[in-house]
Amino acid sequence: MLRASEKPNAVMAHLPALRVLLRHINCLIPPPRTSMPALCTIRATCHFLLLSPKPRKLHATATSKGPENHALLLNRDERVARNVTPSDVVEKGSTIAAIVTSLGGPPGAVGIVRLSGPSAVSVAGRVFRPAKRSKNNDWKPMSHVVEYGVVLDSEGNVIDEVLAVPMLAPKSYTREDVVEIQCHGSEVCLRRVLRTCLEAGATLAQPGEFTLRAFLNGRLDLSQAENVGRLITAKSGGFSSLVRSLRMQCIELLTEIEARLDFEDEMPPLDLNIIMDKIHSMSQDVESALEAENYDRLLQSGLQIAIVGRPNVGKSSLLNAWSKSERAIVTEIAGTTRDVIEASVSVNGIPITLLDTAGIRDTDDVVEKIGVERSEAVARGADLIIMTVSAVEGWTSEDTKLLERIQSAKSSTGSLIPVILAVNKIDCNPRAETDWDRGCQSHDIFSKRVFTCAVTGQGLQDLERAVLELVGLDAIPSGGRQWTVNQRQCEQLVRTKEALERLQSSIKEELPLDFWTIDLRDAALSLGQIIGEDISEEVLSNIFGKFCIGK
Amino acid sequence: MATTTLFTLHLCRFGQSFSKKLFSTSPSSDTLLNPHHVTFHHKLRRPNSSSAPAFFRRFSTVAAASTSGEVNYDGIGTADEKYDVIVVGGGHAGCEAALASARLGARTLLLTLNIDRIAWQPCNPAVGGPAKSQLVHEVDALSGEIGKIADRCYLQKRVLNVSRGPAVRALRAQTDKREYAMQMKSVVESTPNLSIREAMVTDILLGKNDNVEGVCTFFGMKFYAPSVVLTTGTFMSGKIWVGRTSMPAGRAGESASHGLTENLQRLGFETDRLKTGTPARVDIRTVDFSGLEPQHGDKEVSWFSFDPDVHIEREQMCCYLTRTTGRTHQIIRDNLHETPTYGGWVEAKGPRYCPSIEDKIVRFQDKESHQIFLEPEGRSVPELYVQGFSTGLPERLQLPLLRTLPGLENCSMLRPAYAVEYDYLPAHQCARSLMTKKIQGLFFSGQINGTTGYEEAAAQGIISGINAARYADGKQLIVLERESSYIGTLIDDLVTKDLREPYRMLTSRSEHRLLLRSDNADSRLTPLAHEIGLIDDRRWKLYQEKQARISEEKKRLRSVRISGGDLAAEVSRVSGQPVRDSSTLESLLKKPHIQYGILDEHGFGNIELSRIEKECVEIDIKYEGFILRQQSQLQQMVTQQHRQLPEDLDYHMITTLSIEAREKLSKVRPQTIGQASRVGGVSPADITALLIVLEANRRKAQEQSRYKIMNAMRAKALEEEVPEVSCTETVSS
Repeated sequence: MLRASEKPNAVMAHLPALRVLLRHINCLIPPPRTSMPALCTIRATCHFLLLSPKPRKLHATATSKGPENHALLLNRDERVARNVTPSDVVEKGSTIAAIVTSLGGPPGAVGIVRLSGPSAVSVAGRVFRPAKRSKNNDWKPMSHVVEYGVVLDSEGNVIDEVLAVPMLAPKSYTREDVVEIQCHGSEVCLRRVLRTCLEAGATLAQPGEFTLRAFLNGRLDLSQAENVGRLITAKSGGFSSLVRSLRMQCIELLTEIEARLDFEDEMPPLDLNIIMDKIHSMSQDVESALEAENYDRLLQSGLQIAIVGRPNVGKSSLLNAWSKSERAIVTEIAGTTRDVIEASVSVNGIPITLLDTAGIRDTDDVVEKIGVERSEAVARGADLIIMTVSAVEGWTSEDTKLLERIQSAKSSTGSLIPVILAVNKIDCNPRAETDWDRGCQSHDIFSKRVFTCAVTGQGLQDLERAVLELVGLDAIPSGGRQWTVNQRQCEQLVRTKEALERLQSSIKEELPLDFWTIDLRDAALSLGQIIGEDISEEVLSNIFGKFCIGK
Repeated sequence: MATTTLFTLHLCRFGQSFSKKLFSTSPSSDTLLNPHHVTFHHKLRRPNSSSAPAFFRRFSTVAAASTSGEVNYDGIGTADEKYDVIVVGGGHAGCEAALASARLGARTLLLTLNIDRIAWQPCNPAVGGPAKSQLVHEVDALSGEIGKIADRCYLQKRVLNVSRGPAVRALRAQTDKREYAMQMKSVVESTPNLSIREAMVTDILLGKNDNVEGVCTFFGMKFYAPSVVLTTGTFMSGKIWVGRTSMPAGRAGESASHGLTENLQRLGFETDRLKTGTPARVDIRTVDFSGLEPQHGDKEVSWFSFDPDVHIEREQMCCYLTRTTGRTHQIIRDNLHETPTYGGWVEAKGPRYCPSIEDKIVRFQDKESHQIFLEPEGRSVPELYVQGFSTGLPERLQLPLLRTLPGLENCSMLRPAYAVEYDYLPAHQCARSLMTKKIQGLFFSGQINGTTGYEEAAAQGIISGINAARYADGKQLIVLERESSYIGTLIDDLVTKDLREPYRMLTSRSEHRLLLRSDNADSRLTPLAHEIGLIDDRRWKLYQEKQARISEEKKRLRSVRISGGDLAAEVSRVSGQPVRDSSTLESLLKKPHIQYGILDEHGFGNIELSRIEKECVEIDIKYEGFILRQQSQLQQMVTQQHRQLPEDLDYHMITTLSIEAREKLSKVRPQTIGQASRVGGVSPADITALLIVLEANRRKAQEQSRYKIMNAMRAKALEEEVPEVSCTETVSS
């Protein structure tokens, strides 16, 4: 009708603008970005503008109603000099890796580490050496053809023998290049393979990120995705009532403060001490919820404890005594244990895997040498190390050397692994207890010290207590609690905790009242996300995390 | 309706050439001091459209009207009936709308029931306060008038929340109500392109395409324009109450406007009713202030306007504080049945944040006394506003009630307190441009959208004025995003949430208020106003110079270092923190309780900076960490929240949405995901479902376009050999 006859006119009027716009776009698009689709729609370009680091203020998208188009003004304060680059929602460019078989519980025979993303093949190529064609540097796998070989760490040491299953895009779960590495099912082994992949350039997958990618790449159908959506409203029982009450406390505090800010002269002044008390008690509640999370995680994945020490100090006896088994062969001969021996015990319901290792020493025996290497690797991957020494021989120079090796292993992983000193064979030298205290004060690397006797079982309870204290579980009542905390909830709890910490520091630095509300609001938002009362991109990502767990 | 091509407007600082092209401001920049000389596209109507009614005209000119041959009255003056924009109502929304429109070059007609009541302040003659002052600064940054008039007419000014953070610091001015109205009226009267006419609008004239064509008045006059802004205030079917007695009126002594509501309902608009009230006024000469606590204005006066031309100090008047007494409470308790709320004869909802004195006493029984503020209303009027004392009690009880207040024992009452009920249109019927969704070219602003307050009205007024002018000129409409400003937050709330009480702006309504401060309203909004042609060259130059000084000073503070000395000693004494050697001045400013003034005292300040500029520098530096964190949170949120929802999305067909969400979303028709998430009754699960639908639709569209391209290429390559691949087939394959 008439509007239609106006249309060419309107379009003509917009053309110069469009041209100028395109010119801007051309200079804005970073050149190394992966090639744009040949026919990029203007809408797609807009998205680019959104992500471009250049400041932008006014941006309009056309809708179907002609003049009912909208110029959108984003918040762009000219005085804020530094630009904040938005973090990408899903970084499609990155290659992610994770252990996709379940951890904790009894180890399966086989475990899988999955890589997905454009450089999945090249990352896999860096860690995987196929048995055939080992001369060829570049791994050029055929899709869906299984290859046998080994995984090597960055120094070329063999970690495990594996099967590599390449599934090239788009015929894969995520529709990206996917390589699955099937290795032996022990957790230590899986973690080491994963770590090697991460060192080779992959990033650790967020929970559910494989599924999220599958969805975004059109692999999941709608009904599957919708089922996922319902999870968001799922109730979490006793835990959610704790969160609800914390959130209400935040909101009540906010209300108190906000009311003063908006209705300054109509309200009685705030009692800051009461507010600070409330914040403090909220922090403690969050803290204890997080401890619970720690317990839950340990319940699921358990603890890996490596027993290390010089040859013939009684490591294997300790393992046998603790696990009440004859799992390890015990002889008088130093260097009997050549490989890593696992045994399971349960402490306060937490499954613990004890790893007996070859005595660490310099040796010319080829087999024992490999054993020693493995011992060190195991120590590197464990949650906790028990260093065993003999009460009979006392602290030797070899122990000092060994300690140095463990320490250097620790620094390579970046995180500190707690070490317990177990003074074994105490029955043979009862006086050692007092002697030891005098002699070994310099070794403050040890988080705990216990005296044990593998033969009589003496000190094993002390050992268990020391372990629990070190992983922060001593405060958990043995009866357990009514609820559990999952990964997504834990993340939000951590955010809540951080927000409350910032809040306390704002108060300490005597920042004005308004700044308190910022972090209180953050805390309330984070808590709200746990019980599904707020919406953000993370919630969506996290549902997929949840979905992955159920798989 | 024809769809236009996808088209993106990207205005930015580095695109000066671009904005020139788009808005083609006058090349003759001899208009330095006059903002009204922006040349407009006076496009003639296309010849082939002359047979159809002019429902979509470019800005009209006299020539256009006469050559079109459409209005065929002979004689003089007929052309006057055609305008680009008609603004109905001369209150705080109407004035800003008319001024913005006229300043953008649109021929604008302001229709008002009574020219002598333009810009009246029927309630408290005050401007600003928490959140409201931010609105005023923002309107000023867009070159609106409210801030300047308040700066010119103040009786007293105070900055509230001084020590509670820069984002909640708020300027409040008590104004002279007579002077205010006169000043605004004279600005309106002297603005080029703006005509004023007394009239009661009773009808909206429609074109053939659900578009507005003009208005018809009670006396049968028709005024034509492609854009009409309704700012009816409390006048649409207004009814005032004192006790049980009521009469039709928009305000005490002013007749209501009748007929328009019914007309709008016929057009399919949903209307509802709201209530508000104003307390009694007493004669200032009969009040004994001797025993009352005085409340003086600030010694150092602050300003709403960024324009230094209006920063002229004047003598301030004093306000006073009194309290309710046991007698006050007794009278109210004894007569509760005489009040509309507790007697139960007024249904319309009043605002919770502005309770009547009987509400306060009933709801907070253990409070023995409530504060009452006594505020003068002008230098030349004897009226005293009794803030916090609005009541629905009958007039015969009002004077005895007033006389229970200390200082007012012998007062005489000039005007009784009264309540007013009026029609409004729930604003979900508007888009964020404030244009109604039903009728193209029809805009609503102010109390008609369910707000209360002069500042809220002005904020909507300037946006609808801008958009009415732009619509008449065939340009894109402007939307201020929620995250950009209090104005954006206000409008987003109005059109998204189901509000059933008068809406007042509060700082807590904004999620990122640290970024939406008074001090940076200009750096947030003035560039936009300049780009669309509202800010004249003089203001723009002032603005740029100010920003340059601020940024230079920040650079200087980063580079100048001190070691020891008086300054270091004082800083460590005041802040309680040590000052390390070779500390930058910036790092000193970041310490607790350290203000720019300390630098000044020790000769490290910059004397070229004004007080306001120093404050800006101080805020930027002191709270940099918080500001950056908020900024980055906002950015992360924005990418998600600003995802557009297609306008033709059929929510009823999306079975994964809850029934309630389907209904609410169909009603509100949000424009973005963020807006959808703020609609009442829409749960996070619904938003997830929406996101999934969007993603699925996007994918389908992408596939289809890909196959179209493939088909086109294949067809080109194989000429006519190969039959076209069906779209649906390939998608499902």
